[in-house]
Formats: sequence, C-alpha cells, structure tokens
Amino acid sequence: MQTSIRGKAYVLGDDIDTDQIIPAEHLIYSMTDPEERKLYGKYANIGVPAGQRGLPDGNIPFVEQTEGNSVSDYQIIIGGKNFGCGSSREHAPFALAEAGAKAVIAEFYARIFYRNCVNGGFLVPCEATQRLVDEISTGDDVEVDLAACKLIDHTTGKTYDLKELGDVKPIIDAGGVFAYAKQAGML
Amino acid sequence: MARKMTMTEKILARHAGKADATPGENIWVDVDVLMTHDVCGPGTIGIFHQQYGKDAKVWDPSRVVIIPDHYIFTANEICHRNVQILRDFVREQGIQYYYDPEFVKNEPGMPNPYRDPTKTNYKGVCHKALPEEGHLRPGEILLGTDSHTCTAGAFGQFATGVGNTDAAFTLGTGKTWLKVPPTMKFTFHGQIPPYLTAKDLILAVIGQISVSGATYKSMYFTGEGIGSLTLEDRMTLTNMAIEAGGKNGICDVDQKTLDYVKARSNRPEWEVVTEDEGAEYCYEHEWDLGTLEPLVAKPHSPDNKDLARNCTDVKLDRAYIGSCTGGKITDMIMAASLLNGHNVKIPTFVVPGSTEVHADMQRLNIRGELKAGDEKSIQQTLEDAGCQVGPSGCAACLGGPADTFGRLNEPLNCISTTNRNFPGRMGHKEAGVYLASPLTVAASALTGHVTDPREYVSEPIATGTAGLV
Repeated sequence: MQTSIRGKAYVLGDDIDTDQIIPAEHLIYSMTDPEERKLYGKYANIGVPAGQRGLPDGNIPFVEQTEGNSVSDYQIIIGGKNFGCGSSREHAPFALAEAGAKAVIAEFYARIFYRNCVNGGFLVPCEATQRLVDEISTGDDVEVDLAACKLIDHTTGKTYDLKELGDVKPIIDAGGVFAYAKQAGML
Repeated sequence: MARKMTMTEKILARHAGKADATPGENIWVDVDVLMTHDVCGPGTIGIFHQQYGKDAKVWDPSRVVIIPDHYIFTANEICHRNVQILRDFVREQGIQYYYDPEFVKNEPGMPNPYRDPTKTNYKGVCHKALPEEGHLRPGEILLGTDSHTCTAGAFGQFATGVGNTDAAFTLGTGKTWLKVPPTMKFTFHGQIPPYLTAKDLILAVIGQISVSGATYKSMYFTGEGIGSLTLEDRMTLTNMAIEAGGKNGICDVDQKTLDYVKARSNRPEWEVVTEDEGAEYCYEHEWDLGTLEPLVAKPHSPDNKDLARNCTDVKLDRAYIGSCTGGKITDMIMAASLLNGHNVKIPTFVVPGSTEVHADMQRLNIRGELKAGDEKSIQQTLEDAGCQVGPSGCAACLGGPADTFGRLNEPLNCISTTNRNFPGRMGHKEAGVYLASPLTVAASALTGHVTDPREYVSEPIATGTAGLV
C-alpha cells in the first residue's frame, strides 16, 4: 500500500448515500468490460444535489460531464458523518475509484460501504478525529500520510489527525480480501 | 459459567465453531445461504471468475440462490443482457434455486410480463421470495448482495447485506469474515393497534436513534408487541434495520415463525436460537404500542420523523404501495381495506412484492380469505378505487431505468410504503418522498395530502390466513 496519497480535495456533507454516489439507473453497466466500466467513473457522485456538490461553494461537478470524460480532477474525498449509507452496491466505491479517487476521509462510515472499500481494495477509507467538512475546501491540495495517520492541507498549511486503520489494515495493505486470503494461505 | 449471549452472538459463534463470540471480535463464519440478483449478480460473477479462474465452481450450488427482481420490466437492453449473464452462470454452475423472468427474451422493447402470476418461474423482490421459496430458517446465516437482506432476521436468523467482492469470496469458499456486533434492544409493549403497522414502529426507532444510530450494531426487536405482529409485519421491521445503519435486525422465534418455516423450508433441519436472559446490550429503549401514533419520514431521510397528523398541509402528487418493505400481501390488505369503496385523489401505483403476493391479490378478498365467486379480490378492490397495479418487482422503490413503473421522473411529492427517501432514490433528485405505512399511504391517497389513517380506520383489519403458510 502507498503510505502517502496526495491530490485535490472534493468536499461533501453528511449522510452521503450510495444512491447519490451512483444512482440506481446507472447500476447496469458491466464492471469488467474495459470501456463500459468507464461509465461508472463518468457518473460518480452524479446524484449529489447541485448545492451539495463540492463544498463550501457547491455546484462543482465531481466529474466534468464532457464527451468521453470519465475521470475526476479530485482524488481525495472529504465527507461528514455516515458516509456511504444506504444500499450495499459495491458500484459506489467502484465508481469513485474509476473516476480516479484514491481515498475518502470521513467522520465515520456506513458499514457496508466501508467494508466494500476495504474488501474490494478500491479506496482507502480513513476516519478523521474531527469534522473536516467545514475545515477543508474543494480544490485544496491535500495529502494523506497513512504511516503517520495525518491529513495535511498544503493549501492552508494545516494538519489534521486521522484514526488508525486498525483491524482492516492488513486487508488494505494486501489490496483487498482476495489478496489478503491468498497471502494468509486461505485460498 | 458461560457468558450470556444475544441471538446474534450465538448464531455467529456457532457458525465459527466457537463457544463464544464477543462484540468487537473478528471471526470467520460458515454461510448457510448466499443470495444475489440482477443488479449485483453480474459484478459478483465477474469477480468470482477473475479471482478463482474461468473453470471455478461455487462452493455449494444448493446454497446459492439467484433472484432477478430489480430491472425486469424495462426496455433497456443492458438490463436484459444482465439477466442473461445470470442464466449463463446458473447453467454453468448447476445452481439449484434460480427464478427466471422467462418473459425477458433479449429482444428489443419492453418485455410482456407474466400473464398469470401462478404460472411463472419469476418471483419478484428477493427479500419476499426468499421466505416463500423456503430459503430462510432460524439460526442460519444468510448473506445477500442487497442491503435489505437484513429482512430475513424476522425469522430469527442472522442476515446481512454484502458487496460483490464479499459475495464472490463466499461463492468460492462458503465463508466470510464478520466483526461481531454489539446489540441494541428495542422492546415493544402491548398489542398492535388497528391504525398502526410495523412501519410506524420502525420509523419510531429510526427517528429515535437516527440513520446512523445502529451503525455496526445488531438490532434486536422484542416484547409482546412484536409477538402481536404478523411475520410479514416483523419483516417490515427488520427490513429497515439498515436504514438506521444496522448490521442486522433480529426477532425472537415463536409459533408463527415455526409454522411458516416448517411449511416452507427446503431443508428439514435448523436450530432455533434464543436470547439469553442477562445478555448485554449497548442500548435499550422501550415503547408502549398504545401511545405510538402513525408516523411519516419526511424528505430526504428515513430519520426525519413526524406525526402524520402534523403533516396534513403537505400536498401530494402521487402514492406508491410496493417493495420489500410495503409490498407484502398483508400490506395490500391494509391498503385495500382502507380504500374499499372510496376513490383515490392522486395517481396511486401498486406493485406486488412477489408473484405469490400478486396471485394472492387475485385469489383473496380484503379479509385475507379465499374470495367467493362474485366477491371482489384485493386487486379488484384496489383497481376499483383507482389504483394502477403493475407487475411484481423492485420497480420504482429505487428509481431504476427511466421507463420503470411508477418512477418519479419529475419533481413530485410522493407518499410511499418503501424504505428510503434519500435525494433521487425514486427517480428525480428534487422529488420529495414521504415514507409511511400502507394505511397512512392509502389514507393520504384518498385526500391528496398526508393523512392520519385514524380518520378511516378504527376497527382491527383482519388479514385472515394471508401470508401465513
């Protein structure tokens, strides 16, 4: 696993549910076909209401809806409470990862989303020790230091504490539950 | 002396081959049944082949249940292709329990649905089909690639939703890792009054603890009030455990559970697990059913609770009765009894939760009895009141493709028996969805605004033998 992830921040609010991350009408595309799966990246976060897209200003698309584009300008998502609540659709962390997101930093997660991030090896789901939604702005240059459990906002110069990954760290380090089970001799 | 345990802890311990399972502990458990459907099945199958190889076999083809239910009645050809992916996998693996929408023929256009709900292999919503087809048993572990898999906890088992990767892992090994959850205990005293259904109870719970109040936790529903509910109504309760973030919801096993499972189970044996007196809870709350009032969850969150009678100024454009939460036969009887002899004021869409529900809607009268020759069926009663009845499936509960029956394609206000009202859940992002019981939805359909069903219901509504065995 990378120990440091740096990129632009995309800030969302509380209770971002999986219908907002990838609305149900988009759950039909193949997740294995190299072309079709790009549509998940294209429509990542498309269900978030306009005013809540890219806080504090809002109205900032996560992925520009231009012809052929499926990649976001933002690599690190900052969320509030209960990130990823709702449906069990693995398409949610998958879509964020397809758009190029590498990590999510939230106050806490809905458990199935968290589990899908970890077991599928899509994103690193970190928990902050404080609310960051009001601290960090969409577009800030941020860095997740996984070894030191810190989030550094290079734009503002501030540093924030992250919680240890804990029990799931070996699975994240391995790159997902299959890789972990193979390393552990279970498969 | 052994530690006192909750039902959930006992079930997890037994499936891990251990004497004890303590909250917070990570354990590997054996899974009894794995369920998937047309939305998550294709992705799960893709990962299964990627990880185990193209010739890999599932761990036990008699323990994998595949129930297409989400995007069936749509002209969208990608959806038809996804059903075909399930068919190919079923054939390749010799999966024993598969419920094919045989009318989806990979041809352009909207498939013509089943004509007779008793003469199709197709079932409809997986969470309703699972008990009907004998896949639920007390004491077992069920995993499903759908967050509402927790519904099965009404049968005294551990059931939870998982993603594609987890499901693919279990497909190959029959195992999964779980963190043992601490348990929250919700006790209901008294008997269910005629104007309430379990939907009001679960909206009270979620309103009390919030949409994240049970995150990582097990929700145990108990008390004589739960005993007074039909099994179907208990399913409404456990169904929405996920709406509080719960890992699972679970009810005690009683004679109602045993009668149903004995009549339906496709395996002869199971082990009933009971809650130990003195088991530890991380949270406890009690309600008296006599003091609870009909509730709604206002847009855009299932915990945005209010009394139905406080919301009479909310004008509605549409009503919707359906889904794994509110599309069971007893839900249909509740709605039809209230609507009987009246006319709805707003477009009202009705979607049977399963083809068995649909068949019962045609076979039974509004008292849940076999209808006499000239008597109206439940479906006729609903249609005479002005409701539109569509084919069984998940339909507009989660929006789905644009041509889905009942989908909110405009920013309308809709009152619904479904489970979620997040922005865009039923289609349009600016639509406002009010979650309520089938009684409150039916009463509101008659007036065109949010209406307390006590304006129409005072006597208990008999449901006869509907949904029993």
